Amino acid sequence: MKTCLVVDDSKVIRKVARHILEALHFNVEEAGDGREALDRCQAGKLPDVILLDWNMPVMSGMEFLRSLGSSDFAQRPKVVFCTTENDVAHIRAAIEAGADEYMMKPFDRETLESKLQLVGVA
Amino acid sequence: MAIARLFEQATGQTLSQDRFWRIGTTLMPFCRARGIDSFDQLALTLERSADRELSLDMIDALLNNETSFFRDAGVFAQIGQALLPRLAAARQRERRLRIWSAACSTGQEAYSLAMLFAEQGDRWAGWRIDIVGSDISRSAVEQARSGLYTQFEVQRGLPIRQLIAWFDPVLDQGWRVKPQLAAYVAFQRHNLLGPPPAGGRFDLILCRNALLYFSPERRHQMLEGLALAIAPDGGLLLGAGETVQGSARFVADAELPMVYRPAASRTVPHAA
Repeated sequence: MKTCLVVDDSKVIRKVARHILEALHFNVEEAGDGREALDRCQAGKLPDVILLDWNMPVMSGMEFLRSLGSSDFAQRPKVVFCTTENDVAHIRAAIEAGADEYMMKPFDRETLESKLQLVGVA
Repeated sequence: MAIARLFEQATGQTLSQDRFWRIGTTLMPFCRARGIDSFDQLALTLERSADRELSLDMIDALLNNETSFFRDAGVFAQIGQALLPRLAAARQRERRLRIWSAACSTGQEAYSLAMLFAEQGDRWAGWRIDIVGSDISRSAVEQARSGLYTQFEVQRGLPIRQLIAWFDPVLDQGWRVKPQLAAYVAFQRHNLLGPPPAGGRFDLILCRNALLYFSPERRHQMLEGLALAIAPDGGLLLGAGETVQGSARFVADAELPMVYRPAASRTVPHAA
């Protein structure tokens, strides 16, 4: 079973994502901000894929992504940005920072499943 | 059921018993919006009047327009890696390719094909590439022509890099296909049981997930039409699980799954 780490400061979004991901047979882990997510990864709990919000307290999605990129992981997890920042400039910035895919909120099961397929984990 | 009969008369598609649920879920709001009390009244109105608009709207409401960009990614990989190189070699002199996305619904398949060409601009420089998208649904063809897709539609099957490369955001509406991509594609309303689109034979025809909606007799009729439309060395791509069973016009490609080629022993007159 593959693991998805959902990084979002909204409990509601985490709950919705968990509901969909569990139906898609993923093991789901949660983090409320980028720092918490990075600590998990650096402690060796590397997921297969990370669903990453942009705006979060303590550490934003972009800061997390840059830290992840500079870390020395044997196998870097796939990263799907998942945010309400839906303009081309934000999308480009996320791709340049190393995001594998980008999902615009709101999303549904089909959207999330499609993005997971595109990054090769579903 | 009278509605199912009228739908079949208009489209040739069989609304089988297991799809009757669709009548209830889609036609109920359709009738309510038009002040029609029941499905029987709708059927009577359609039979007694020559209300073409109502008939077209009813057809649109009952059709299954399920589609997405790069639907079945493996199929598009096969087109890009095997079919297009084969066609490029065969048409090296003419430097022209005609591709038909038949029963294309709202156009995502046709635009996905266009992206395959647009992303290999150098390879296809000097070629004329014509992609024809067709569907029986008036509203689907209108959306395909507009090239405008909702945020949900562009997030199904379309990688984010291709979204920002080939689409422009439209405030509060979604994303619209860029003109340079739209230039590859022309859409038309077309019934698969009618004569093929004009303009010459097609080198590649995609007709995926359409045969299943027709009776065996009409499937045969459809395949006869596709045989009229395809080039003698062209390729027909069907959906997973669909076959040309019952038609002597096509044979399975020896190398590529879901691809059929015109049977060499039969000569078919050229399409208009």
